[in-house]
Amino acid sequence: MEMKHVKGKNKGNIMMYALSTCGWCKKTKRLLNEMGVEYDYTDVDLLEGEEKAKAMEELEHWNPRRSFPTLVINNECIVGYQEEKIKEAIGA
Amino acid sequence: MSDRVEVTGKEVDKLYERLNREAEASGYHLNTDVEHTKDLVEGLLVNEKRYGYWACPCRLAEGIKEKDLDIICPCDYRDPDLNDYGTCYCALYVSQAVLKGEKNLGSIPERRPSSEERKRAKPKSIAKGVSSLPLPVWRCKVCGYLCAREDPPEVCPICKAKKERFERFI
Ligand code: SF4
Repeated sequence: MEMKHVKGKNKGNIMMYALSTCGWCKKTKRLLNEMGVEYDYTDVDLLEGEEKAKAMEELEHWNPRRSFPTLVINNECIVGYQEEKIKEAIGA
Repeated sequence: MSDRVEVTGKEVDKLYERLNREAEASGYHLNTDVEHTKDLVEGLLVNEKRYGYWACPCRLAEGIKEKDLDIICPCDYRDPDLNDYGTCYCALYVSQAVLKGEKNLGSIPERRPSSEERKRAKPKSIAKGVSSLPLPVWRCKVCGYLCAREDPPEVCPICKAKKERFERFI
C-alpha cells in the first residue's frame, strides 16, 4: 500500500488513514506538522482497486466503522480529530 | 492511483459564496472557520469532478450514485447531526448555538449506518389509511420538507436537494 512519509521528530510509530478531501483529516495533518513529528499517512480516496480494498481492510481492523481520520499512535487508535487525545498519545 | 483533480481558488470562492447565500436564505449556517469551510468546499468540487456529484468530502464514496445518494451534500444525516451535535459530520454546516460560540466544534461520531446495515435496511413503508388523499405526499429526506403533488419538485425549495432525494411519504 502506498504510504506517504512526513519527516520529523521520531515519537514512535504514527500512522494515519485519511481522505484527501476531508476537512478533519487536513486539520489532523496540520496538527502533526505543527508538532513536527514523523508520521506516515495514506489518502484512501486516491488509491484504487486492490490497494484501496487492502487499506480499508487494514483500517477496519483498527476502526470497524471505517471512518476518517483514523490515527494509530503506537498501537493506540484515535478516531476523528481530537486535538487533546492526539497530543497526549504523542506525549507532547 | 487516481488522477489528481485540480480545483482553482476561484471555483472554491464561487461555490462558497453560493452555499453561504443558500444556507442563510433557508435557516442553515456555514461554519465560520473559513479555512475549514473552504477546504470542504474544495473537497466537494474535487468529488464533483471525480464522481459527478457532491459526495461528502469526509466519507469514502463508492463512486456509484445510487449507493452514495445518502451522502450527497447536504447528506441525509446533516439535520439530525445539527440537532444532536450542532454540526454536520464534516462541520460544513453548524447550528446557531455553534455560530454564537456557545458550543465548541470537534469531530462527531459517524451516524451513517455501515454498508451492511444499509443493505439490510428496508425502505420505509408508506403511511396507510389516508388513501383518499387526492395527491401523493413527498418528503425530502434531507430536510423533511413535505409537498402534495404528482411528482416531487426538481429541487427542494428549502435545502436545494435534488429530486432523487425525495421519498413517497403518504
Ligand atoms: S452536510 Fe453531510 S455531506 Fe455535506 S459536508 Fe456536511 S456531513 Fe458532509
